Amino acid sequence: MDLNYSDEELAFRDEVRKFLDEELPKSLSDKVLTGKRLTRDDMQGWHDILNNRGWLADGWPEEYGGTGWNAVQKQIFEDESCAAGAPRIIPFGLKMLAPVLIKYGSDAQKDYYLPRILDGSDWWCQGYSEPGAGSDLASLKTRAVRDGDHYVVNGQKTWTTLGQYANKIFCLVRTSTEGKPQEGISFLLIDMDTPGITVRPIILLEGTHEVNEVFFDDVRVPVENLIGEENKGWTYAKYLLTHERTNIANVGANKVALAHLRHIAKLQKIREKPLIEDPYFAQRLAQIEMDLDAMSTTNLRLLSSPDSVANAGPMSSMLKIKGTEIRQAINDLTRRALGPYAMPFVSEALDAGYNQEPIGPDYAAPVAADYFNNRKITIYGGSNEIQRGIISKMMMGL
Amino acid sequence: MDFTLTEDRAMLKDMVARFVADNYPLEKRHEIAESTDGFSREMWAQFAELGLIGALFSEEDGGFGGAGFDISVLFEELGRGLVVEPFLASAILAGGVISQLGDDEQKSALADIIAGGRLAAFAHGEPDGRYDLSAVKTTCSKGEDRWTLNGNKAVVLNADTADLLVVTARSSGDAWDEDGVCAFLIPADTDGVEIRGYPTIDGLRASEISLNNVKVPDSALLGAEGKAYPAVEMAIARANVALCAESIGLMEVCRDITLEYLKTRKQFGVPIGKFQALQHRMATVLTEIEQARSAVINAAGRLTLDRIDREKAVSTAKTLCGQIGRLVAEEAIQMHGGIAMTWEYSLPHFAKRLIMIDHQFGDVDYHMARYIELSAAQAA
Repeated sequence: MDLNYSDEELAFRDEVRKFLDEELPKSLSDKVLTGKRLTRDDMQGWHDILNNRGWLADGWPEEYGGTGWNAVQKQIFEDESCAAGAPRIIPFGLKMLAPVLIKYGSDAQKDYYLPRILDGSDWWCQGYSEPGAGSDLASLKTRAVRDGDHYVVNGQKTWTTLGQYANKIFCLVRTSTEGKPQEGISFLLIDMDTPGITVRPIILLEGTHEVNEVFFDDVRVPVENLIGEENKGWTYAKYLLTHERTNIANVGANKVALAHLRHIAKLQKIREKPLIEDPYFAQRLAQIEMDLDAMSTTNLRLLSSPDSVANAGPMSSMLKIKGTEIRQAINDLTRRALGPYAMPFVSEALDAGYNQEPIGPDYAAPVAADYFNNRKITIYGGSNEIQRGIISKMMMGL
Repeated sequence: MDFTLTEDRAMLKDMVARFVADNYPLEKRHEIAESTDGFSREMWAQFAELGLIGALFSEEDGGFGGAGFDISVLFEELGRGLVVEPFLASAILAGGVISQLGDDEQKSALADIIAGGRLAAFAHGEPDGRYDLSAVKTTCSKGEDRWTLNGNKAVVLNADTADLLVVTARSSGDAWDEDGVCAFLIPADTDGVEIRGYPTIDGLRASEISLNNVKVPDSALLGAEGKAYPAVEMAIARANVALCAESIGLMEVCRDITLEYLKTRKQFGVPIGKFQALQHRMATVLTEIEQARSAVINAAGRLTLDRIDREKAVSTAKTLCGQIGRLVAEEAIQMHGGIAMTWEYSLPHFAKRLIMIDHQFGDVDYHMARYIELSAAQAA
């Protein structure tokens, strides 16, 4: 047991800091740290900078262009990137599809798609959920019917995050209605510009366009776009959901959000004194600090443990549950820290370049919107109730 | 960073686990706890022979460990067996203060403590002091070459069987000052020391002690006059790491017993573990235990840091272990139902100890407040 960074780990941290100092554009980190909305170019720009440095694919095997970092190095990179105000890496191609391609894709698929994920040629989005298939994902109904060298796809996907920017979508489709629902699902890669695809925005409760509905109307998809075997898609889908675990607890981002909350709590006043000195508030803040401090160690411990591979499913479920609970607690307390100034909401104030006088404190604008937006995190990626079900089955055999 | 145990500690863990599993079944534990001494001298001698008391002391003091992770590894396994022998009282608390403050003569007692031949207890807490470390109203006044002690000590672990007492008393300052706290190492049978022993609800032994004009020689003073507080704080920090680690062992036993029950107990024609209402609560229990374990690792590893960082880590661990310990104990009882209300069943004895750990050296509220104070001091 040693909680200190080794000399090599410290040297790595310095290297990461130097890189961020030199390569992360200030205009971008300012946006991130002040809670402004990011454009497609902002996100793609950071993706390209990381790719040029060879630091984009921290979860891939080295032979495909991965970084070869261990769990501690990944966490150092994450902590430093978040602290410096780097945008989050767009995960759909890099962290979700790529592990499936690497494990189950054909050589031709790997050779074609993996480089395109790295160099940004493709922006992927995820076609999993449907209006009638949320937590019960296996009940999905979008049909793919074989017709010669093509599948003909009909149906509807929903909650497609950043689908408005994507040129590709990976989809779970029903290729059989026999047997258990899980046994008739296939995993298809589809071009978004194929005739018959329509993307419609879904505006979220705080007014942003983050997710979409995607409609498929007789969409013809070449059979070579099938991953692995027909009707085995459920296996690949589950692999995708459990594989990318490094970041599932979002420890780095949570540390930054907590530091921001502390900062706000020192500036806000209650009866002429800093809010942070109010006993009720201080207790809530202390509870979150304690939870996150333990979480940081839980995260590294579980990810670096030898049985983390065998227990990937339930362990990532634990990290997801606790990480999202802590994040929502931070969002909740940050909202309450603002008092009445949580209410004003001038949507344009969240766009870069807005130069009017802020209403109330200059840090107030994104806070309530972030709180509402982050109610999603205990719902998406398998709701926390689904995660508890996974722990019950896989870890406890209940 | 490295989250694996060193080879030595892995061996220590295995050895204790095996010894406890083979020699300390619950029936035996009840028998020992209900005996006059409240622990087994024979068992204590065997623990000493295995080197388990020595594992809590540095080589300098004649042991072969003494670091935070030695404490946490040992106490987690002791927790699993509900071991009642006085590791905490004699080695961590009294031994810890002697080790920090004792002169060569006083430290010679450590050899006997490590060998198990002599027992020591730490008489510090007072009847209306709750958990505050500086709440010492017991007085000590200096005569020519003797001190006179007067006051009362509360819920002192294993004092009724101790050969030696480490007693704190105040030579100056107000009741809550850190400065002015003295520590004395005295024989437990010194005139004027009255010890009233009693059992605790979780199977341990504690005592109320009254000190009535207790005369002790100058040579009994541990360290400099009025300067014992930092050593008391450090000994209690180590005690809290021990208690938190013990609680991890207890939590995991409660978890395992409950899990087994969920799989075997049938109601409505199915094992009750088939019910989602129970599955989700059990998943929460598992997840939270991992958090408690992380907090204990953090505290054990940070014992060597500067005072504020050390004490914040200890208060974090004691708060989280208190909260999660209560969750685990109460959920385990509730999910079992009536059987968990019986003396005969194993679970409630682990649950009782788990809950009572919150009452030793600071509960959740105390450590939350302490953490906030330390954070404010750090920010200032």
